[in-house]
Amino acid sequence: MKLKLPNPGLDNRIPSHEDLERMEKEEAGDRPKWDNKAQYLLTCVGFCVGLGNVWRFPYLCQSHGGGAFMIPFLILVVLEGIPLLHLEFAIGQRLRKGNVGVWRSINPYMGGVGIASLLVSCFVGLYYNTIMAWIMWYLYNSFQDPLPWSQCPLNANRTGVVEECARSSSVDYFWYRETLNTSTAIDESGGLQWWMVLALLSAWTVLYVCCIRGIETTGKAVYITSTLPYVVLTIFLIRGLTLKGSVDGIKFLFTPDVKELMNPATWLDAGAQVFYSFSLAFGGLISFSSYNSVHNNCEQDAVLIAIINGCTSVYSATVIYSIIGFRATQKYDDCIGDNILKLINAYNYPENSITESNYNEVLIYLNQTTPDILQGLQLQICDIQTFLSQGVEGTGLAFIVFTEAIIKMPVSPLWAVLFFVMLFCLGLSTMFGNMEGVVVPLQDLKLLPQTWPKEVFCGLTCLISFTLGLIFTMRSGNYWLALFDNFAGSIPLLVIGLSEMIAVIYVYGVDRFNKDIEFMIGHKPNIFWQVTWRFVSPVIMVIILVFYFVTQITNNLTYLVWDEESASFPILEPRSFPPWINVIIFILAGFPSLAIPLVALFKFIQKKCCKQKDNSYDTVDTISAKIQMNDKMKF
Amino acid sequence: MLEKILVLLCLPSALAQLCTPDASDGYKVRLSINTALGNEAYVWNENEMFLFRATLAFAMRNHFNGQLFKKSRNRINSAFLLTDKTLEFIGIPPTLAAPVIPDTPPWLIVFGVIMGVVGAGIIVLLGTSVLQKKRKKNEKSEEEDDEEDTRVKTVENGTVSDGVYNTSFSDDERTQNTSM
Repeated sequence: MKLKLPNPGLDNRIPSHEDLERMEKEEAGDRPKWDNKAQYLLTCVGFCVGLGNVWRFPYLCQSHGGGAFMIPFLILVVLEGIPLLHLEFAIGQRLRKGNVGVWRSINPYMGGVGIASLLVSCFVGLYYNTIMAWIMWYLYNSFQDPLPWSQCPLNANRTGVVEECARSSSVDYFWYRETLNTSTAIDESGGLQWWMVLALLSAWTVLYVCCIRGIETTGKAVYITSTLPYVVLTIFLIRGLTLKGSVDGIKFLFTPDVKELMNPATWLDAGAQVFYSFSLAFGGLISFSSYNSVHNNCEQDAVLIAIINGCTSVYSATVIYSIIGFRATQKYDDCIGDNILKLINAYNYPENSITESNYNEVLIYLNQTTPDILQGLQLQICDIQTFLSQGVEGTGLAFIVFTEAIIKMPVSPLWAVLFFVMLFCLGLSTMFGNMEGVVVPLQDLKLLPQTWPKEVFCGLTCLISFTLGLIFTMRSGNYWLALFDNFAGSIPLLVIGLSEMIAVIYVYGVDRFNKDIEFMIGHKPNIFWQVTWRFVSPVIMVIILVFYFVTQITNNLTYLVWDEESASFPILEPRSFPPWINVIIFILAGFPSLAIPLVALFKFIQKKCCKQKDNSYDTVDTISAKIQMNDKMKF
Repeated sequence: MLEKILVLLCLPSALAQLCTPDASDGYKVRLSINTALGNEAYVWNENEMFLFRATLAFAMRNHFNGQLFKKSRNRINSAFLLTDKTLEFIGIPPTLAAPVIPDTPPWLIVFGVIMGVVGAGIIVLLGTSVLQKKRKKNEKSEEEDDEEDTRVKTVENGTVSDGVYNTSFSDDERTQNTSM
């Protein structure tokens, strides 16, 4: 397709191939560089592999037909994930600028894409680091035996446990009351919780010390943060497989239900998961690949990282579900054990007369002979399938389900420490990419004096983010976080991703792009890339965007609250948002998306108004004007 | 296989009723010896019953009111090698042991350690950055001084060999240097 939008002056804004060769040989410029290829790959893998691989993918896999979910997932990785990844790597490596600079170079009207990425990275970074604060809080609390979430606190006269804890469970209580101290509605803010503020402070300072000099320091940190999760996952896999019931969990995860493939929601969720899982449209990947040498093989990198990301998702799903299988079996055994005890006590049977094997027969017999006594006992229904499919997504998975599994394992504190260190590393390496997507554009936008060193930019970003993030340390913080997660990290990213594709393929020009890639890696991209870049990936993204948009608009906006008074306690109760939340939603989802057309409009108006200034800029085209005094000044 | 043992006991009342299964002041006691001791379970016989009565009598000597169970549970449990979970006075819930609360919560200690390490790291990194910058500045100003000296010298040499010392020319050189 020969569609190419007019783009005058492109050659003046970007370095030519000869310039790139020269820059490569002289190693001119004060642009930072990777120490070695491994650092670059580990950083990208760390950015892509994050908490979503551990607590979103397994849930999607299990709820959309188990093993059958792999089919849409893999198809969309190939058709959507890899092309977009290759595109971002190639354009960053070619134009050798941070996120804002790249889009401005392609066309000043498209500078809004960079600003939108900056805003989204900002919003996402705010709440993502709060999750890190929660992880660190749990990590700090893991260094004691017994673990604090294994027992309920006692009530005032020490005859039993606190009521809220008795009605739910010790892990629920520790999460909702002792960690979050959650209120019952988003408008009941409830004041800052000092322990959460401390945890948030520690999260931001750890991030600061790692990002303080940009990739110079993060490049060293990723050797640990990107590799340790794999080590811990393997340890958990070995431990998990030796526990009773783990294989049931894995079977539950992978049992295929082919009918789910007919459900469009499966394909949509797969597409969205691929897109978010690859951390596309945040701007961090473009920034990272701009520090590469010009002839780095970005095509290979894209395929490699996509494969690693996909495999990690499947691997961590296996590990998570082996532990979930163990937990479900334990709960089932406890449930049956409780029922048996009630029966033995009520009917004065001898000990060990009722076991799991004859439980059902005894129950039937008793139901026929003395049904009224049986009713009075209020036996619980024990179903292992229910336990297997309980709340296994997001923070619920990490802080409720998994912590419950850990307290049932011997030497619990060790497993707790390992698990939370793993989550910490996964989140931290993602935050590195996030910070790259915020700090570098801020430097490029020249809002603050250029002479300020990078440490100050980084410090200011961390400080301001910490202050804004205090909203999540209030009693209603959990609800705010869910709001940010739903709206800041969803639609804007899809819009930005789509704009990136259009900018590169139709504004920059796919022919020029092909030649660039041929210059960089030695061969022109083959037919697969041409077809996916020009048609397939944009179409997929438009479909996902439209469906997302429609579902958000048509659904009543509700959020889940932890309310002791509600009828369904301890199950979370849906509650609708107060009306002023719509303003917040518009800021979160609308601002970044609207930044793209608004900046274009702004540039257009600027050009029209200041025509005289423009004319003088395009004037003298002489040899002396083209002599470059200082490379640094031109680029 | 030993059965779960149900024992009746009666608190002494003013009318000294005999303990019968329907006695109004009676409490039922349930012991699960098998669950507690497994293979080492002892046989419940008349001697054990005698010990039980004696233990209860001891408890009643210490406390006259209904609080005697709560306060002497530990002694009664140990006499039979049982715990609160395997010796139950039906209708009287056991007082739960309060969990140990340390003076400083352990999480604060870990938090302090991490913050100390991180703080030290920040100071070290910022310090080395500042030192590096100072060194660069010193090097640069030394280089500039050297350059100026050598340039001026060559100019002077040139003019000396020419025989005429052209001050205006050397002044221009100097101004050119300083503007760079």
